[in-house]
Amino acid sequence: MSSLERKLAAGRFVVTAEMPVIDGGGHAEIGRQLEPMEAFVDAFNATDNPSAHAHCSALAVSLGLLQAGVEPIMQLACRDRNRLALEADLVGAAMHGVENISCMTGDDVTAGDEPEARRVFDLDAPQLIALARALEGGRYLSGRPITPAPHFLIGAVENPGAPPYEYRVRRAAKKALAGARFLQLQICYRPELLERFMHVAYDTGVSERLAVIPSICILRTVGGMRFVASKVPGIDVPPEIVARVESARNAEEECFEIAYELATHALAQPGVAGLHFISFRKDAGIAKLCRRLGIPPRVERETNGYSASVAV
Amino acid sequence: MRTGGLVARAEHVVKGAIWDCQMCGQCVLHETGLTCPMNCPKTLRNGPCGGVRPDGTCEVKPDMRCVWLKAYERSERLPLWRGHIDRVRAPVDNRLAGTSSWINLVTGRDREVPAGWAARADVEP
Repeated sequence: MSSLERKLAAGRFVVTAEMPVIDGGGHAEIGRQLEPMEAFVDAFNATDNPSAHAHCSALAVSLGLLQAGVEPIMQLACRDRNRLALEADLVGAAMHGVENISCMTGDDVTAGDEPEARRVFDLDAPQLIALARALEGGRYLSGRPITPAPHFLIGAVENPGAPPYEYRVRRAAKKALAGARFLQLQICYRPELLERFMHVAYDTGVSERLAVIPSICILRTVGGMRFVASKVPGIDVPPEIVARVESARNAEEECFEIAYELATHALAQPGVAGLHFISFRKDAGIAKLCRRLGIPPRVERETNGYSASVAV
Repeated sequence: MRTGGLVARAEHVVKGAIWDCQMCGQCVLHETGLTCPMNCPKTLRNGPCGGVRPDGTCEVKPDMRCVWLKAYERSERLPLWRGHIDRVRAPVDNRLAGTSSWINLVTGRDREVPAGWAARADVEP
């Protein structure tokens, strides 16, 4: 059982973070990326060709993270592989002890730098979750047995900031039904939509069925903010937030303030099981934000416990 | 021409005109608010992806309204099959592409799923 699974089962607050993409540099590069934030993070997402750009594979980065002594969450997107390849990667991950899996549909190939590629989507995300569950039950999709059966902590993603807003929690419930036990949310720059999602998830018991983890993105520059606002599918950044960074004397500080405000707001929502941080560059932003939010380092939380409940 | 081929052609004429049916051969229109999910560029069978734009258009085709947005809205208005949109639909059997879902419905072929899928105890039928 992964430590993330143990912590979520015990109802402990968790911090996950996006591992920056790896291209060159091997294990040393993984170490360099981890160094500034590792102390605060319970598990790192190894991304699967994010925004449809090719990088070192999620499985390979997951193995690199294990070797570096930290816990991976292997992302699996439906865009690039058919069901056979997805099964092979899941069973391969389990063979190496990679148990945390985050299943997603994936951005379309047209969002990336090789839009001429064939999109696959042989399965969709709920089907991929159900497939992982079938493997856990000791069978490939065909019914062929796997002995002993692998064990996973199956996760999913959902976007509280994309229409149809009122359906998003039902889609999360479908993923729970398919077998997901945690749910990492897409970055959301519209706090009212996150609030709506969390309240409905809490009121309908969905946040009891899977651990809901909102995402907070730490940007640094005007260009970065404009890129996220215009190029990343599914992220709706209100113009006033972009303008706030554009008119700031120090864009990096302003971006940090925005991340802090959104994180504080997310922590105040009911049913929040943890936070997921995304910082696109190697820097100490995640550690700095955790300190500002009063989230202790991992070891301290493991030893003394920690409850993120914010006075409301 | 075989009967199956004739029926498939007739089905395509009727359902293509009304629902832009893509002839996957395992029709789920009644579960998706009578909206063909195979028109989603990602051919998703279980709901909208996270890329739907704020104005409700498709991540892949910005000129097109999200297929699943339509499916959701219509399914809420249907007097029948309420809540069926929330079912976990099985992966598409790619061998059935181009065949008649009417015949596959009668023969039960459209409900055949891989043994590993059927064995899961955690998902409602």
